[in-house]
Amino acid sequence: MIRFELPSLGADMDEGTLLEWRVSPGERVARGQVVAVVDTSKAAVDVEIWQDGTVDELLVEPGQKIPVGTVMATLREPGDAEGPPVTRDVPAAVPEPVSSPPVRPVPSQAPPAESVIAAARHPVSPAARQRGRELEIDVEALQGTGAHGAVTIADVEHAARRASEEPVPDQVAAAQPPAAGERQAQMRRAIAAAMARAKREIPHYYLAEPVPMALALQWLSQRNAGLPISERILPAALLLKAVALSLARTPELNGFWRNERFEPAGAVNVGVAISLRGGGLVAPAIHDVADKPVAQLMKDLSDLVRRARAGSLRSSELSDATITVTNLGDRGVESVAGIIYPPQVALVGFGRIAERAWAQDGGLRVMPVVTASLAADHRVSDGHRGAVFLAALRDCLQRPEELDAGA
Amino acid sequence: MDSSQIRSTAVSILGTIAPEIDPQQIDASRPLREQVDLDSMDWLNFLVALHQQFKVEIPEADYARLVTLDDVVNYLSARIGAR
Repeated sequence: MIRFELPSLGADMDEGTLLEWRVSPGERVARGQVVAVVDTSKAAVDVEIWQDGTVDELLVEPGQKIPVGTVMATLREPGDAEGPPVTRDVPAAVPEPVSSPPVRPVPSQAPPAESVIAAARHPVSPAARQRGRELEIDVEALQGTGAHGAVTIADVEHAARRASEEPVPDQVAAAQPPAAGERQAQMRRAIAAAMARAKREIPHYYLAEPVPMALALQWLSQRNAGLPISERILPAALLLKAVALSLARTPELNGFWRNERFEPAGAVNVGVAISLRGGGLVAPAIHDVADKPVAQLMKDLSDLVRRARAGSLRSSELSDATITVTNLGDRGVESVAGIIYPPQVALVGFGRIAERAWAQDGGLRVMPVVTASLAADHRVSDGHRGAVFLAALRDCLQRPEELDAGA
Repeated sequence: MDSSQIRSTAVSILGTIAPEIDPQQIDASRPLREQVDLDSMDWLNFLVALHQQFKVEIPEADYARLVTLDDVVNYLSARIGAR
């Protein structure tokens, strides 16, 4: 039996609202398939499942707000005995309790008078849940007066009487994403929480390095001259590839700080900081950047930016970044000293590529230069290692033809 | 296609990339990227859309000439006729 839990979709998310299910009980699902759409404070996200299986029971209803880790559905693994699919509308007598998500403790013994199915916050009896649906009351928001804080039918009816007397602002709306203004406010709060946490918990150190870009830009313009405009590659894609390759020298910048230690990541999934029109920021990942040719990265980047701005990202893009790159060059700033996005341990920044006076071979020339910066977690790496990374990055960009070799 | 049609089409394409802009507010003689928040990806998407709409080739070497809306319209006018 597989328990499908709501995954964390970023440091700035600890809960989400289920908008809709994309699968139903009895349906077979494959690894990577989108099974639900969940609204976080930033966007509606397509949530993928990571195992093959057959959907058994859907435990969360559209419109419900649930914490990360909540068991949203159960699935039978391929090879489990086939039983009749269990639907949400369970009759009142359910013989034993189903275990709850880790966030709230639930009594291990069902109260004798009514059995409970624990979904998110308080135990709610199926009968009370059914009454809640009839009366359009959010049973999750209620304080229960039954045994062990269980929400009873009486609690639901009491809440309905109160609701008819006065407006209830926290009433769960139909499962629609919030309006733009509210979305903006939620996004701001989520970013605020994540960034404040990052600065509180992560001891950042900062390094910067000017990187000459003449060779890289020459290579790029030769490459682009032969390509139709829709296939041309931006410097941004080149910079992402260079970052991914350079991490091979310093793997302690690619991974997560979890459980009081560093967990190196196998792949390099680069989170790309994308600003949203009208305000806000997401940093979804492009997977396996080190292994992809630059042309593929350009396609992936373009597609990711489009979907980030349209609000249609996948859960794996939001949860899988092993490092983040923020490229503020187009905004015209020289450099950026960024804030690491937990639980990652590093952030690479780029400013604008601009011509400067550059000393070379005892003389001066005009050179396009980009300032690359690194913010890194001092619990995991020291300045020397960060410097090795930036030096590798600089060297990588002096040999642009190697960025695609063997990819 | 006359230049005012080119201009209005170009502005409406711009609107699909930057929906928050008010077309009336754009000063055609000032740099476009100073008036509209466009990063390099947006700018490339704008040029790709112009290419697809007007069937005009826009080599990378010409990007630097497309600074104001007037520049864009003049560039396209010259090349649409010459196809």
